[in-house]
Amino acid sequence: MHRVAIVGIGETEYSRASGRSETRLALDAILAALADAGIDRTEVDGLMRWSVDTTGEEEIAANLGVKDLKWFGEVNQAGNVGAALVTHAAAAIHAGLANVVVIYRGVNGRSGRRYGRGEVTGRRGQGGAAYTEPFGLLTPQHGLAMLSRRRMHEFGTTSRQFGWVAVSEREHANRNPRATYYDRPLTIDDHQDSRHIVDPFRLFDCCLETDGGGALVLVSAERARDLKQPPAVIRAAVQAGYSERGFVDTAAVSTAPRLWAQAEVRPSDIDVVQIYDHFAPFVIFALEDYGFVPRGEGGPFVEAGGMRWDGGSLPVNTSGGHLSEAYLQGMNQLIESVRQIRGTSTAQVADAQLSFCDTGIGTGAIILERDR
Amino acid sequence: MTSTPAESTRPDFPLPVPSEDGAPFWEHLRNGELRVHRCTSCGRLQHPPRLMCVQCGSTEREWALMSGRGTVYSFVITRQAVHPSFEGHIPYATVIVELEEGPRLASNLIDVPVDEVAIGMPVHLAPTAVSDEITLPLFRRA
Ligand SMILES: [Zn+2]
Repeated sequence: MHRVAIVGIGETEYSRASGRSETRLALDAILAALADAGIDRTEVDGLMRWSVDTTGEEEIAANLGVKDLKWFGEVNQAGNVGAALVTHAAAAIHAGLANVVVIYRGVNGRSGRRYGRGEVTGRRGQGGAAYTEPFGLLTPQHGLAMLSRRRMHEFGTTSRQFGWVAVSEREHANRNPRATYYDRPLTIDDHQDSRHIVDPFRLFDCCLETDGGGALVLVSAERARDLKQPPAVIRAAVQAGYSERGFVDTAAVSTAPRLWAQAEVRPSDIDVVQIYDHFAPFVIFALEDYGFVPRGEGGPFVEAGGMRWDGGSLPVNTSGGHLSEAYLQGMNQLIESVRQIRGTSTAQVADAQLSFCDTGIGTGAIILERDR
Repeated sequence: MTSTPAESTRPDFPLPVPSEDGAPFWEHLRNGELRVHRCTSCGRLQHPPRLMCVQCGSTEREWALMSGRGTVYSFVITRQAVHPSFEGHIPYATVIVELEEGPRLASNLIDVPVDEVAIGMPVHLAPTAVSDEITLPLFRRA
């Protein structure tokens, strides 16, 4: 029985124009992660990727000089598959099908394909889109805004409470030199005065668009003990599909019971949290649907400063998240969740033992712990 | 009054492409009827249409006629265009209508200013032809 750990993390700079290919970004991040772990590139025998990315594993394996690629694959939803990829990679190592699995991505999300544009993400009225796109539901944010409006109606969550998510994350970004908004503060009035994009989402509810790369290296926990970094051991990892869920529940209603059962801990045991914040209210919804707070209390929780590193009871998105650090669709938040276990975050939670990371609308999450 | 995005005439407008299982939905609308998949085994109404009933697994369905009455279940207002076809229609509201029979579907409201759209607003069907082939299930304030 192999326990599995994340032993290497790597990322490029985050920018609006990387000036290089997505493959180059991915390779730069992978080499950084392998150097971080102290593992030679030729030892890699597993590669996993986001299906929405352009850089195939054969190209990566060829460049790295991988001799025998034993495990590869992608998870096909959208940006929200980071935890699912960790789940797959951990299962492969656990089963002995591969020894060193790298999860990677390189995206020119600002200078290249912009996910917020309907002509990029649209399906030209085909399939299920026949029933949504002609009415102007064209991008992921449209469906997510629809759910957000309904939850505001049912639970009384307000735009101002969305704003406290954005402000809290910006405070964290202001401590993080890697963050896109490192040197730009944000006030609640800035948020409330910002224009609507897809109402109820205001400008500062929306994630950044980012060029950059990131990578994670996973090995067995036994192997991890011989490597350079303190391992972040995977205590639990889950994924879930997203069909037929309506406009209230996130997929965390499925993943949360499995996650907590697998981890054998409760939400109140978690020290630090990362949540996929393509849009600010999804931090509130995740806090509620994973059971950190009851439904309807996520808004008041963030409004009272509960998610702030400085004084909050449960620091959330400590690197600045997708709103203020970078939007690598979960990758930068997985990296931050590892940093919290190592003790190297720029908004470090003292003595963090259990680090939680959701990678999108409740469709996947992991819990990391220090080596026992 | 406000326009609806379907008035767009640009060639890149994402008109529905009827699928094999969904083609009757659009045929009925061309005749002014909103019909939704109903499982003949367990009676569940299902929209959008699927190959199997998600409740009982049956593949036997009929197209059940809806009254056309419903209420706004949720809505968003696109105030910054995210697709070139929709640039001339900003701001526009997209609603989820909950039909009185239960199913929910995406739509636009004809002649309702975006700032008046609200959850719970009663609406009724207004089939609107946008091409020879396609009639969209739009709604008006009831
Ligand atoms: Zn049935």
